[in-house]
Amino acid sequence: MEHFYAEMYRVVYEGEVDAAGPAAERALAAGLDPLECVNRGFMRALEQVGREFGAGDKFLPELVAAGEAVQRALAVLQPRLQESGIRRESLGLVLLGTVEGDIHEIGKRIVGALLAAAGFEVVDLGVDVPAARFLERARELRPAIVGMSALLTTTMVRQREVIAALRRENVPARVMVGGAPVTPSWAEEIGADGYAEDASAAVDLARQLVGGGKQ
Amino acid sequence: MSRLHPRRSVRPIRPRLSLDILTGKDVQAIHEAALRVLSETGVRFPSDRALGILADAGCEVDHGRQVARIPPDVAMAAIGRAPRRFALGARDPADTLDLDGEHCYLSTDGCGIEVYDLETGERRRSTRDDVYRSAVVADYLDAIAFYWGPTVSAQDVPPSTRPLHELEAAFLGTSKHVQPETILSAPVARWCVEMALAEVGTTAELRRRPIFSVMQCAVDPLGQDGGSLEASLVAAAHGIPTGFMPMPMSCATAPATVAGNLVVTTVDALAPLILIQLAHPGAPVFFAAAPTVMDLRTGGYTGGSPEDYLLGGAFNQICRFYGLPLSMGAMATGAKRPDWQAALDNSFSTLLPVLTGTAMLTGAGMLNGSKILSYQQLVMDSEIYSVVAKVAEGIRVDAETLAVETIQRVGPEGNYLAQPHTLRHLGDIWRPTVVDRSPYEAWEQGGGRGAYDVAADLARDILAGHRPREVEPAVRREWQRILAAAGRELEATG
Repeated sequence: MEHFYAEMYRVVYEGEVDAAGPAAERALAAGLDPLECVNRGFMRALEQVGREFGAGDKFLPELVAAGEAVQRALAVLQPRLQESGIRRESLGLVLLGTVEGDIHEIGKRIVGALLAAAGFEVVDLGVDVPAARFLERARELRPAIVGMSALLTTTMVRQREVIAALRRENVPARVMVGGAPVTPSWAEEIGADGYAEDASAAVDLARQLVGGGKQ
Repeated sequence: MSRLHPRRSVRPIRPRLSLDILTGKDVQAIHEAALRVLSETGVRFPSDRALGILADAGCEVDHGRQVARIPPDVAMAAIGRAPRRFALGARDPADTLDLDGEHCYLSTDGCGIEVYDLETGERRRSTRDDVYRSAVVADYLDAIAFYWGPTVSAQDVPPSTRPLHELEAAFLGTSKHVQPETILSAPVARWCVEMALAEVGTTAELRRRPIFSVMQCAVDPLGQDGGSLEASLVAAAHGIPTGFMPMPMSCATAPATVAGNLVVTTVDALAPLILIQLAHPGAPVFFAAAPTVMDLRTGGYTGGSPEDYLLGGAFNQICRFYGLPLSMGAMATGAKRPDWQAALDNSFSTLLPVLTGTAMLTGAGMLNGSKILSYQQLVMDSEIYSVVAKVAEGIRVDAETLAVETIQRVGPEGNYLAQPHTLRHLGDIWRPTVVDRSPYEAWEQGGGRGAYDVAADLARDILAGHRPREVEPAVRREWQRILAAAGRELEATG
């Protein structure tokens, strides 16, 4: 059995995105427990890449590749987990999106990859996401955190609308905001629970938000 | 008592030095790679209007994905219709810039969100007044040929009409050419054209003397923004020059390799210009680019790295191949303060594009990767430009400059101080504005002040003493009417 776990670890650690799904399938075919595959195989490697990134030994593209490999593996394993009614452990669910009128994608994706590597479950709504869609998905998924990106001073104002909608509907998620034009004073002004200037800071912030005062 | 000299005319660089970073074979290989991507993979144009124009011209259009594949012959025929030379007009006709392939012009940097306040030094959110004040300083500095951006966003006016307020503030602050990067929809573009018409009078005159031009951002890789495309089509219909700036970041929105980044940069700068030429053959268009490399730790924009300098130089050669002027993103240091890093980044990122023949450089005055406006940096960047100008203009060698007669007259162990030849050529010698060359004792007695303090003094003097060429009261009233009408329309369609 160990060689299956070693292979799962390796494909994530090496960032072999296309090899991750087949590795998960082979493990399931051999009768391995899906939750063990996640914890002992794939996630253990992602956490290691995350630690090495933190130490400065690995770089962002390597971390993103490891994160995508895990997503591919989860796509195979998740249905089996759900069948057996198992929910894998995570630090919390983070719902991410770029606000309406704004099509900037990459910063948010990097934040998502780092959050996933740190042990959060991430659902990415994509770009140009209206407030109503943030609200709908937040009510459905009950995330611990809603994270919003905006790259333009003219679209950043939409972050305020999303927060207003979430608060109005008493969605208990904490809200974090980011993007080039966003500043701490802006985050405070619109009633966000936190602001992060880059992806690493976003992970620290998310940890704080779920650690201290989840409502 | 102002220490200002009278405002001087714009000082372009006419480089004599020339540098090739790529061989002719390299340029050809990048061109062919770009054509292959354009025709086989295609580019996303999320605008029905744009896709319609491309389909009519023989491009293969996938309306569902909003992707157009552009055949090589369509691409090259379209680019062949663009004028090789055109002018950027100005409120003051004396400030007109000739994009003739031989001169290089520097602008302000743009689209920041904060300002280091000149009086208090604090970092604060930018306002409309900062747009105006930075335009006044740019108007005075002879190194700054046009106002790009705006330098910072006017965050104290409503988002719907912000680009129009910024354009007005820029026009009021300077009589030089203005090139906004914030005209992101066809309705806003129409209002901007109307504002320019109020100043110049007729559509024919605006065509002859476009007092503003339009810069857009590409959506790298292989994409464009729908609103920006439609805004530029409106501008091009009025003879307003347009360009699109890709900013591919190696490892994130471009391949990790410099050559691969150049392919993406070429595709994303070229594709929208093909569209403009198909819609409005002969409309003035320019290339633009600010390719860079992702910071491998933060994923952020580096605003200065050896790869940036190579990219900046190499893309100029590619644009020369197509025969169109290029606006290259230069300066824009990632440094947070006007320090050693800022000088390192901005010197290299200016020198390489100038030596490879760029037409426009954007631009001066910003820190933290174009996010914070610094008046000191604006003045100091102008000094970097003047050093680069002197270097790029190279060495003139002829009978007059060889000075053999003077050398013989002075003879062994004489000096050249009071020679007529010396006096005749004093104007050739570069002189500092803010660089400190004072003797140590004098520097110490003067309070130990450096370039930063001198630059701050100059910026304050300009703001206190310089009056830009006024806009006629009737034109100002018309702008007020336009701003009000645009406000009603744009708020309603929001």
